[in-house]
Amino acid sequence: MKNKKILKGKVYKFGDDINTDYIISGRYKFKTLDNQELARHLLEDIYPHFSEKISSGDFIVAGENFGCGSSREQAPLAIKYAEVGGVLAKSFARIFYRNAINVGLPIIQVNTDKIKEGENLVIDLLKEKVFVPARNLQLKITSFPPLILSIIEAGGLVEYMKKYGEWKISY
Amino acid sequence: MGKTITEKIFSSHLGREVKAGEIVIANIDFAMAQDGTAPLAIKVFQEMGGKKVFNKKKIALFIDHSAPSPNRGVSSLHSLMRDFAKKQEINLYDIGAGVCHVVTTEEGWVGPGDIAVGADSHTCTYGALNVFSTGVGSTDIASAFLTGKLWFKVPESIKIQVKGNLPRGVYSKDLALYTVGKLGAGGARYKCLEFEGATIQNLSIEARFTICNMAVETGAKTGIMRGDIKTREWLGKHFKKSFSFIEPDEDAHYEKVLKYEVSKLTPQIAKPHQVDNVVPANEVEGIPVQQAFLGTCTNGRREDLKIAAQILKDKKVHPEVRLIVAPASRKVYLEALREGTIEILLEAGASLVTPGCGCCVGTHNGIPSDGENVISTANRNFKGRMGNPKAFIYLASPATVAASALEGKITDPRKYI
Repeated sequence: MKNKKILKGKVYKFGDDINTDYIISGRYKFKTLDNQELARHLLEDIYPHFSEKISSGDFIVAGENFGCGSSREQAPLAIKYAEVGGVLAKSFARIFYRNAINVGLPIIQVNTDKIKEGENLVIDLLKEKVFVPARNLQLKITSFPPLILSIIEAGGLVEYMKKYGEWKISY
Repeated sequence: MGKTITEKIFSSHLGREVKAGEIVIANIDFAMAQDGTAPLAIKVFQEMGGKKVFNKKKIALFIDHSAPSPNRGVSSLHSLMRDFAKKQEINLYDIGAGVCHVVTTEEGWVGPGDIAVGADSHTCTYGALNVFSTGVGSTDIASAFLTGKLWFKVPESIKIQVKGNLPRGVYSKDLALYTVGKLGAGGARYKCLEFEGATIQNLSIEARFTICNMAVETGAKTGIMRGDIKTREWLGKHFKKSFSFIEPDEDAHYEKVLKYEVSKLTPQIAKPHQVDNVVPANEVEGIPVQQAFLGTCTNGRREDLKIAAQILKDKKVHPEVRLIVAPASRKVYLEALREGTIEILLEAGASLVTPGCGCCVGTHNGIPSDGENVISTANRNFKGRMGNPKAFIYLASPATVAASALEGKITDPRKYI
């Protein structure tokens, strides 16, 4: 996942304030570190059988404040292990944002209003653009600050710490 | 230009002038994780190549979310935590000690001007003690365990000035719910809520914790308060180290200033399934409830149990309601026991469970049945939160929960006060 610069997949649309309890219920996250098991229950309380329905690389597209609620890192992990290609949202809740960066789940901050359920997207992370080829539409992705980009480029915070053993940049 | 409390705390940690919006790497004064987040943090710490934590005196682990363990899966994760704590010689608060945030503050792990991080979103609770504290995930906390540092975007602050006396039967929880309702679930995203005003000063420290605890429900990075005589007294009993309060400058820059006048505030309720779905209690009065829950890092403290007990004294909980009480810590339990609060609750028909998170997160201790309504003093009412996506959770103050448990339906508590 870490070196992928072009992402392609189908859109599954959600609303605002999708919380981490919906993403992965506490019923599951407290009893296992098995990410595959968690992935099977992704979003099931608000979208039954979601993980079976999607194909590898498909996108979750939401409105404001995606990932609000608890600090559970199992939320971005469950999304990543369900092979979702990335999450697009107008804004992300801050802990989810950090967790997604840290575990290497692509998160894309973009105005999602114009993106429609079921359509196919092509995302160019280098050019910071989301394309809807069928409608000749392109949308600008909000850039990441340099420090966060350095974590993303390392492939997540574990890889970053393995590589440097310490925070590399002093601010 | 002056500084907010948060900008001052970061400036003193960085040793230079820091303004909101900057991304910084700051030293951590306290880092903690609980049984829902620590196992993953331990795994990640090892994957990062971690051998020793940066400072064993600045870290604590808590077993509170599923405690005692309800199944083998949880048991093995608890064992992983116990082994790690022993090997690293770090403090582990095992089952029965209580909810992480309540124990952290009671045991004096944090004091004014500190930067504290926890792998739990309600870490923001410590803001009531003039601490900058915020929740992060397991990988972040693992990196803090390893390096003693973490990156932060210094948040902009929103000042919330509260004045007016809270009427009888209206509590800090009602003010917290009102604030979440006003701001909305994402209304303060990435911001720090700085609470001040006469109303806040009139509240006990316990009641102030409730307000900072719920700051995250508006998307805020944290909630923070100035220190005063009450804070100083409280810290004298618990923190036991020297400290000085961090005050905001008069000309500090705030993203906005909100002014609340609360002398006419009424009991508030967050309806299912969003914390910001807040209405005055009288709009939902009469809705039947089958379970009532008193506890959590929001409202499981001694004062909260006492408020509920005053309503339940010499009465019986409605026969069709299960009242579950989880004192927030062993200390709370003991004090409530000694002053007779526990006896009143038991005689009223309450079911007491181990100090800890109780049924808040749906792992154990009272998972509601399909179609049931629960009234709870917790901070979240998301669908499935208590372990059943077919149940409905209403959030309220300890008084409203107690009154509702008596009547078997959502009840404005003011008639009992």
